[in-house]
Amino acid sequence: MLSILKGIWVILSHTFRRRVTVQYPDVQPIMPPRYRGRIVLTRDPSGAERCVACYLCSAVCPVECIALQAAEDEHGRRYPEFFRINFSRCIFCGFCEDACPTYAIQLTPDFEMGEYVRQNLVYEKEHLLISGPGKYPGYDFYRMAGVAIGGKDKGEAENEEPPVDVRSLMP
Amino acid sequence: MAVIYIDNRPYTVKDGQNLLQACLGLGFDVPYFCWHPALGSVGACRQCAVKQFKDEHDTRGKIVMSCMTPAADGVRISIDDPEVREFRASVIEWMMINHPHDCPVCDEGGECHLQDMTVMTGHVHREYNFPKRTFRNQNLGPLVNHEMNRCIHCYRCVRFYRQYAGGRDFDALAAHDHVYFGRSEDGVLENEFSGNLVEVCPTGVFTDKTLKRHYSRKWDLQTAPSICVHCGLGCNTIAGSRYGQLRRIRNRYNGEVNGYFLCDRGRYGYEFVTGDSRIEQPLARPERSAALERVARGEALQRAASFLRDRGRVIGIGSPRASLEANYALRRLVGPDRFYLGVSTEDYRMTAAALKILQAGPARSPSLKEVRMADAALVLGEDVTNTAPVLALALRQLVHPKADAAAKTFDLPSWSDAAIRELVQDEKESLFLATPAHTKLEDAACQTYHAAPDNLARLGFAVAHRIDPASPAVPDLAEEVDRLAEEIAAALVSAKRPLIVSGTGCCSEAMLQAAANVAWALCRRGNPALLSLVLPEANSIGLGLMGGGDLQSAFQALREERADTVVVLENDLYRRESAAAVDAALQLAKHVILIDHTRHAMAEKADLILPAATFAEESGTLVNSEGRAQRYYQVLLPKASVQPSWRWLGLLNEPASGTADEELFKLDGILADIAGELPQFRPILEIAPPSGFRMMGQKVPRQSPRSSGRTAIDAKENVSEPKPPEDPDSPLAFSMEGDEGLPPPALIPRFWAPGWNSDQAVNKFQAEIGGALRSGDPGKRLIEPQVGAQPDFFQTVPTVFEPHDGRLLLVPLYHIFGSEPLSALSRGIAELTSGRYVALHPADAAAQKIAEGDTVQLELDGISLELPVKIAASLPPGVAGLPSGLPGMEHVALPSWCTVTTILQTPPLAPPQNGEGVGGGVGAQS
Ligand code: SF4
Ligand code: SF4
Ligand code: SF4
Ligand code: SF4
Ligand code: FES
Repeated sequence: MLSILKGIWVILSHTFRRRVTVQYPDVQPIMPPRYRGRIVLTRDPSGAERCVACYLCSAVCPVECIALQAAEDEHGRRYPEFFRINFSRCIFCGFCEDACPTYAIQLTPDFEMGEYVRQNLVYEKEHLLISGPGKYPGYDFYRMAGVAIGGKDKGEAENEEPPVDVRSLMP
Repeated sequence: MAVIYIDNRPYTVKDGQNLLQACLGLGFDVPYFCWHPALGSVGACRQCAVKQFKDEHDTRGKIVMSCMTPAADGVRISIDDPEVREFRASVIEWMMINHPHDCPVCDEGGECHLQDMTVMTGHVHREYNFPKRTFRNQNLGPLVNHEMNRCIHCYRCVRFYRQYAGGRDFDALAAHDHVYFGRSEDGVLENEFSGNLVEVCPTGVFTDKTLKRHYSRKWDLQTAPSICVHCGLGCNTIAGSRYGQLRRIRNRYNGEVNGYFLCDRGRYGYEFVTGDSRIEQPLARPERSAALERVARGEALQRAASFLRDRGRVIGIGSPRASLEANYALRRLVGPDRFYLGVSTEDYRMTAAALKILQAGPARSPSLKEVRMADAALVLGEDVTNTAPVLALALRQLVHPKADAAAKTFDLPSWSDAAIRELVQDEKESLFLATPAHTKLEDAACQTYHAAPDNLARLGFAVAHRIDPASPAVPDLAEEVDRLAEEIAAALVSAKRPLIVSGTGCCSEAMLQAAANVAWALCRRGNPALLSLVLPEANSIGLGLMGGGDLQSAFQALREERADTVVVLENDLYRRESAAAVDAALQLAKHVILIDHTRHAMAEKADLILPAATFAEESGTLVNSEGRAQRYYQVLLPKASVQPSWRWLGLLNEPASGTADEELFKLDGILADIAGELPQFRPILEIAPPSGFRMMGQKVPRQSPRSSGRTAIDAKENVSEPKPPEDPDSPLAFSMEGDEGLPPPALIPRFWAPGWNSDQAVNKFQAEIGGALRSGDPGKRLIEPQVGAQPDFFQTVPTVFEPHDGRLLLVPLYHIFGSEPLSALSRGIAELTSGRYVALHPADAAAQKIAEGDTVQLELDGISLELPVKIAASLPPGVAGLPSGLPGMEHVALPSWCTVTTILQTPPLAPPQNGEGVGGGVGAQS
């Protein structure tokens, strides 16, 4: 008997407390910028695709929901021929972002990914690639790498000497 | 046996090793770069440092290079000593000073020895912030990619390319910290083994250029143990696939066979599997004159059943490039007396002769390991570089008599590579070459002799007579040939492990007999001579052992109306007999069923084509020229209705009711049938475990535990991922699930061990470093010599070759790239394939005023060919050379006499054509 009264009292007391429930979707929650939501592929400062198709994100993914195929343009720049994430499997752990050596793959605060048809949760590159650099505005992997690509020859990366003249004997 | 102490614990190791080998063999992780089990030690990289102590009271010790220090009895070392650990970490730090920030875009990544060693030594942070040195790359042709920035200057590449493989067009160039590994200028690497640089180089300087077009990381490749199908040697390979497509071939270590290396034909010939000429659907024509059209699988089977209704009138034509299982299934379908081997009369005769010599004689057919350990060799008539490439590589490794002696006199261990080379200098090993024309092995030989096939055989008979006068003498022998015979005989007699190499390349039975006489003469003297006979195709010996008639007898059966339906198995008959003969025979057949994976001229004649699996899509058995039966395993699932030939043939064998249950046709069943019916094949059951074999109750996974994308690969079509496909034929699974323990040697799908992602992980699979795999190298020999037998010597010595008036003897010349039809369909190889030509001796050409590049007409019994001329000074006068089997060349039975007439002279000012390297592969492009 006493416990029942106690219960009623607790419930009544909540009537006068401050509400924590947000009236979503009428009210949009504010997510912290590092929230791990929808995954995007970003571009480097020059606007080129950042992903170099190194396969590290797909290797690290614990649910194996990333598949891609590497390709190379005629000047030696690598890019993914296709890039697929099956979001019906993704657990938003962020390992792919951690593993990515180029800051290409990033998780964003967008969590509104619900679909009625599960098949629609399979995202291809055109659904993933955004037009900006995302959270890391400055980084351009090819400025650091030693490979030559269109517009960046050998010896033109950051902190590189011009290519050696192998026919020279000068010290 | 020696006892060494590692960090104060005693270990017993085999004598004659260095400390690095011994430590790796014991399972310790000592980082290294420049040492390679096949190349020996030079002490160049300083990575393998350990601390050595004088005795148990020595606490200071000194740092030594483990690869340069013998693992002698009582040696005390420490791998874990803090000072030596720091030393090793510094060495790698220095190597990394100029290393580019490339791993994500480096094809070596994920199987990079440099990555592994960096992690192993614990170097994680780069403190050097000065600018990095850079290099320009070279275009080294369609097979090998060059990215010189990644070099750590370990010198492995030059040591392999120049010293091990005998290449000349690649070197360490420039000086001090600019040393550059490449050619003097851009251009195709000339050596036939250049692809091994990809595996030998511990970094990403050299990578597989064909893989680059469809790149996949090692961890993502679905791999299975496979066998190379591009010549008779049967090198062991690891085939790797991704997204249902064959992506690359790597070496699979087999101590008895290929060891650490493959040839470029074997490594890069795989792209025919994904090529445009694949047959992927059953095709049929409603009537003879109609075009082929796609039919459904069921309908194809029904048609086949109707063609085969009258079994007594069906003949089967097998193939030396198809598996034992497929040939057997065909033999069972048509009956043993209606089964034909599908080889030309000459091939048939040569294979039979070779088999007889190996089975009845006392000389053993050596494994390639035994070839590498021989100390004198005579090559009779065979251009091994182009017909059995890895055999040529093995012949370059003959034990030098001086090195052998030095091991004893100076206590110089065999792994001390630089010291031994210093000692041997430019002296050649006891390798004697007798071939019709120049071959690329010649720079390694101490004597070479070019002559017409009959004269080569005469040399062989003369050598045999010198060794044992009971063997027939050679009349009218020229004096210098006699002297050469004497020299060869002396070298062979004084050798401990003499080797005779010959083969079917010259299509001369006398040559095989001469080789047999030499080997048998040695055996009679008590020298255990080895006799290696090169056979042309992947399963030539297997087919020979199975038995059956040649192609002409099949044609005869059609002519005599004993049969009217032909089932052709994986065979292009137009490469075996003249087009006229094949046309005439097939004209007589009411129905022609072709089972093959690749389109060729036969497709035009077939009424029904069933799509067969390639080596990558089926499991089966091949018998190599040594007589070793080896199993290869399916790597990927074939497209829609493609299936192994043996399964098609099993289905055809069912009564036409169409109730055939495919599950009945499993590899195990057919293997048991073969072994039951043909006792010569009984050992094939022991090559590898049966399909029911399990490790800890599980299959052996074809995918690595890191394999990625399982839930995304097929998601585009269907978001619910399918269950992994079953493999009823083998203990391997199409999945990453399974037991990760050490599988039996025949089932090793990849070389990987924790911390060892590169193929150097093979150390962990060997019982002894550089020796056999744990539990033995796979494969079972089906032919053994009659030890102690003294068969009669062959008595028919050919007469001296006389050039005929106005006619030339046409002999076949071989090209590593082009003479084998399947590899020639692969993109990289196709780029390097020589154009058609006829090679003439300068004197013969001058006699008819023919110049290099002229077009001539070649007339030989009933066939006339128009070909451009190459002048080859190494050919004997009166002999002309015709490249064998190049794409687009019609079949010509060789050797045969021909006449040559000029039909088009090149204008005198035309640019000179590439005149070098007849029968030489890369050098002979046109
Ligand atoms: S880790 Fe980054 S660069 Fe590599 S494949 Fe994934 S997204 Fe591309
Ligand atoms: S060679 Fe190895 S360490 Fe160097 S970039 Fe390539 S993968 Fe990385
Ligand atoms: S190219 Fe490779 S094998 Fe050659 S020295 Fe450099 S790292 Fe060593
Ligand atoms: S030698 Fe023959 S079997 Fe070996 S890799 Fe080359 S083609 Fe293949
Ligand atoms: S491996 Fe010993 S010094 Fe290079």
